[in-house]
Amino acid sequence: MGMSGGVDSSVAAAVMIEAGHEVAGATLRLWGGESDSGCCSVADVDDARRVAQQLDIAHYVFNFSDEFDERVVAPYVQSHVDGQTPNPCIECNRHLKFDRFLHRADRLGFDAIVTGHHVRRVGPGTDGSYALARGEDRAKDQSYVVHMIAPDVLSRCLFPIGEMTKVEVRKRAQQLNLRTANKPESMDVCFIAKTGGGRRVFLGNRIPLRPARVLNMDGAQVGSVDAVELITIGQRKGLGGAGGSDKRYVVDIDTHSGVVTVGDLDDLLVDSVQLHTVVWGSGEKRSGSFAAQSSAHGVPVSCRFDAEADVVTFSDPHARIAPGQTVVLYEADTVVGGGIAS
Amino acid sequence: MASFAYLDHAATTPMLPESLRAFSSTLQDNFGNPSGSHGVSRRARSALDDAREQLASVLGAQARELVFTSGGTEALNLALGGAGRDGRIAWSAVEHDAVRNTVAAFERQLQRASLELPVDCCGVLDLDAVGCMLDPSVSIVAVMAVNNEVGSVQPVVELAAMVRRLAPHAVLLVDAVQALPWMDLRPIVAVADLIAVSAHKFGGPKGVGALIVKEGVAIEATVFGGGQERDRRSGTQNVAGAVAMAVAAEITDRDRVGATARIEAMRDRLVDGLVASVEGLTETSPRPSKVAGNAHVCIEGIESEELLVLLDQAGICASAGSACASGAVHASPVLLAMGIPKERALGSLRLTLGVSTTDADIEAALVAVPAAVARLRP
Repeated sequence: MGMSGGVDSSVAAAVMIEAGHEVAGATLRLWGGESDSGCCSVADVDDARRVAQQLDIAHYVFNFSDEFDERVVAPYVQSHVDGQTPNPCIECNRHLKFDRFLHRADRLGFDAIVTGHHVRRVGPGTDGSYALARGEDRAKDQSYVVHMIAPDVLSRCLFPIGEMTKVEVRKRAQQLNLRTANKPESMDVCFIAKTGGGRRVFLGNRIPLRPARVLNMDGAQVGSVDAVELITIGQRKGLGGAGGSDKRYVVDIDTHSGVVTVGDLDDLLVDSVQLHTVVWGSGEKRSGSFAAQSSAHGVPVSCRFDAEADVVTFSDPHARIAPGQTVVLYEADTVVGGGIAS
Repeated sequence: MASFAYLDHAATTPMLPESLRAFSSTLQDNFGNPSGSHGVSRRARSALDDAREQLASVLGAQARELVFTSGGTEALNLALGGAGRDGRIAWSAVEHDAVRNTVAAFERQLQRASLELPVDCCGVLDLDAVGCMLDPSVSIVAVMAVNNEVGSVQPVVELAAMVRRLAPHAVLLVDAVQALPWMDLRPIVAVADLIAVSAHKFGGPKGVGALIVKEGVAIEATVFGGGQERDRRSGTQNVAGAVAMAVAAEITDRDRVGATARIEAMRDRLVDGLVASVEGLTETSPRPSKVAGNAHVCIEGIESEELLVLLDQAGICASAGSACASGAVHASPVLLAMGIPKERALGSLRLTLGVSTTDADIEAALVAVPAAVARLRP
């Protein structure tokens, strides 16, 4: 049972125990830095431990901070250097929670890993395989950030919270008198402290932040920014006078030559996006008509996917998706696959 | 908890029955504040004074040289914070976090670099190197008598002579927290200036320790208040804790020779058995360099974190030697200082024996460790 110290995984543990499973709790220590928020601080480990004590199960802390540095933090920083907009939570799920953690559970003789994600596992189908689907509570659905779970991994994962709404989860936690019942949700990047400057300071301590000129579509300079690494596609504010009432959006970033290009909404719209690192829920690639979602709680839009070229073509023009962001493809509520925008 | 084999005595020990009895009876019958003037206070004061003399006698110190503290960490903080702050701090690379992190904090506060004294591959201070490093700018030298992870015994008496010669203004602080079960501390107390001990490492209760401040050594308080402990550590004394610590120390000192021989035989059987039955398992340092109760091994291709979970499930209480505040295992700075590569350090296992250890505990570990390793290897 992956226990983050939050209410969802606390209730998930209780549900598993009630269902008669033999459960051990584990909290992943991912970040040794100074962040005080997110899923891996000492305070959260305390919460997870106290809940485990209350449920009378063993609780362990697994130190995966080296792998987290290597597979999540370093690529996150590099992605900003390259002018991209990374999603570190997805990389953490890909490499840590649904790989390293599962691998460890395997070695320790556990049959499955359980997490408190708001997603559902449906199946098994006639071929014995499972599919990943949106959680019961659409507003809390986390299928976007765990879309990459491969079929063989999914068969070893359980998500008891996916069948519940957040209101039900909290109610359940209150009934069980769990200390995490009213704990606020963490929404931030867990390794970047909210206090002390946030992303700018975090990146500034690791890479030189470089200034850039802000040009309009005609190539005329309309402003400047002091840190091109902090700019993202679609951004409107903080462009040194170039945004504001003109409704100008960042439509392109060239970190190499230090140029941020702004345009109006039409300039931002595109017909398609090229993906890389594409994964498939069924394990087999498929072309076809799907719904594409390009942020954790974004609105899915109709599209076609060409599985040979890994290109998403939108049915209607769509705001350009920042390189580094993930596009997840759905068929109704079921995750088909997903990839990272190039 | 079902039956278990407790092999983590370096972390803490179960209380000796005599110490536990003294602890609870003092709490119950002698609750007074030793600083008062009435009969109840005088009785508490008397118990505290007795405990001070009893403990001083075991340690080879004068009663007035003893400062009771809340434990080893506070004793070490008092020593480092209260003495020798006008020069450089020299400390061995295998010190416990109670010294390591305190020194680091003072480095930041005082903007003055400290001097890290190297150890050899056994975790024993490299005296040749130390001889080249100490100079009159050093104001305090901190070294542990026995290392908490690998059990290495430090050459404190030789070091003391070297300190007097090369750093004549320096005080010598000895962290003896791990030492009392295994060695007579009198020779160390005779040559050092400040000596820290902690009750729960030798069958006493948690929450009580002491710093010996040798006659003539200047120390300033770091905790202020009512001026208890001759103005060196304010706060109402933990009388029951002090009484129980003194009892535990006396029994440990009295029984040491026999206990050590018995424990050493069990330790040897344990380590020999593990080396013989687990491929890729090696002793981290040779036995003559360490105390009798320490078994520390590194196991190729194994991660300590995983091994500890399986051992816990098998009812074996073990440790990897170095855990952070959250309980996660990280590569031990002690092992790294000994020149052990990180991958190997992450596969370490510490089993520490004590007077409560039985043959059955050893048997259980000899079954559980090979079984756990076999399971973790594909």
